[in-house]
Amino acid sequence: MSNLLEKKKMELLTPALGLFFWTLLVFLIIVFMLKKLAWKPILSAIKDREDSIEEALQTAAKARSEMNQLQASIADAKKEAAAERERIMKEAGEMKLAILSQAKKDAQAEAGRIVDDAREAIQKEKAAAMSDIKSQVAALSLEIAEKVLVKKFENRTEQEALVQEYLKTISI
Amino acid sequence: MRYVNSGVRGFWRVKNFAFILVFMTFTGSWASTVDSVGQHDDHQTVGGHEEEGLTTSNMSSSILHHISDAHEWHFFSVGETHVSLPLPVILYSEEYGLDIFFSNKFDHHTHTYKNYKEEHGHIILIDDAGAPVMEAHLLDLSITKNVASMLLAFIIMVGLFTSVAKAYKKRPGQAPKGLQSFMEPLILFVRDDIARPNMGHHYARFTPYLLSLFFFIWINNLLGLLPGAANVTGNIAVTMVLALLSLIITNVNGNKSYWMHILWPPGIPFAVKFILIPVELISILSKPFALMIRLFANMTAGHIIIMSILSLIFLFSENGTNAGAGFGVSFASVPFAIFLYVLELLVAAIQAFIFTMLTALFIGQAMPEEHH
Repeated sequence: MSNLLEKKKMELLTPALGLFFWTLLVFLIIVFMLKKLAWKPILSAIKDREDSIEEALQTAAKARSEMNQLQASIADAKKEAAAERERIMKEAGEMKLAILSQAKKDAQAEAGRIVDDAREAIQKEKAAAMSDIKSQVAALSLEIAEKVLVKKFENRTEQEALVQEYLKTISI
Repeated sequence: MRYVNSGVRGFWRVKNFAFILVFMTFTGSWASTVDSVGQHDDHQTVGGHEEEGLTTSNMSSSILHHISDAHEWHFFSVGETHVSLPLPVILYSEEYGLDIFFSNKFDHHTHTYKNYKEEHGHIILIDDAGAPVMEAHLLDLSITKNVASMLLAFIIMVGLFTSVAKAYKKRPGQAPKGLQSFMEPLILFVRDDIARPNMGHHYARFTPYLLSLFFFIWINNLLGLLPGAANVTGNIAVTMVLALLSLIITNVNGNKSYWMHILWPPGIPFAVKFILIPVELISILSKPFALMIRLFANMTAGHIIIMSILSLIFLFSENGTNAGAGFGVSFASVPFAIFLYVLELLVAAIQAFIFTMLTALFIGQAMPEEHH
């Protein structure tokens, strides 16, 4: 009995040729078959998926940074536009003031000219009127003098009364 | 993610139930094996001292019988009825040429067929008178229990992984689903935690081999834990093949730097080189040798311990004469055996991991980055 046990114990540690052969055969078939049928498609599919995820992440990051850049440029543009607006407004204000003052100046000049013209016209009218008056006065004086001279030779008192009367009729 | 989790939970629920079922049948099957082997050994002791029932000695021998390879797949015995699957026996000898027949051709009492005799799992040549022919060389390429179990593992692996591969082809670029989502973390584990850290940028070339190795060992380990199953990875011929392939792959891929470190270690005094070179040469063989022994010993030890713990029940019952003692011992034996069985499930995965990990490490060490 103990002999049998010893033998079995030894058998346990002695590789059997048949099992060695079959294991080698089966395992090598498994290695080559699964490499072709399973591991290559599985590993490449996993790799493809990982690559696509990686790519998607990178694309997202890129899009995000692009968006940030875009936002920054939008803010810049906004700032620029605001500055431009400010400048334009300022310019417009300045221009308004300039136009106003120019208009004022022009108006004043025009007004001055008109007043001068008016004054000149008035002076002319005045002068004309004066010369008219003068000529009328001269004519009247001559008339009066004529009448006086006519009367003088009739009656002194009547003459005087006549002068007085004429004088009353004259209204300048 | 939610449906994956629920799927995994469901899987474990089913697995728990299956495990209890398996364990119950395992215990029963072992009991019948002990019984039958005990009787079997009694028959073998011809013309000598009669041994009554079970002793520690024939218990050991029946345990060894259980973990050894066999020419038939024995499931259980009820009394004298042995329920077993006959397996093809393939023999070649110079005297009788090639002979292929089923193992049930062996006579149940004399264990002989033609000029062959089956003796404790071994087939020997006998002459016409029935005496063993000592000097004869008999090549035994039979589909033994271990080979049959390995073929089962082969079918499982090919079926499992081609269907997973199909799932990847069917839904490219999408999240894994079902079986595929169960296998993917394991495949990624081998690629990212075994191949990549040990082999640097060479990893892609060896990942397919490491995946096959890992799943071959693991599935065979798990199949070995089924009741009445073969102890494939606990057989030294099997682990020898795997270790030998690790040895070959490592040294075939060894680069100049690797061989220089072995044959002419740099940066070491001249005299010391002559001590180191033999040590390095031995290490070429000792590394795969350790791989071979580690897997074999771990798996075999697990089986022996579980069976020994369960055998205590039959030893204490003194072959049925003291049933109470056996019943009492079973209260300690059964929970402890269950604990060890669960531990063996863990060991099955760990040993597959260690073997693959070390193979990856050795291959990686054989092709170090050139430093100048």
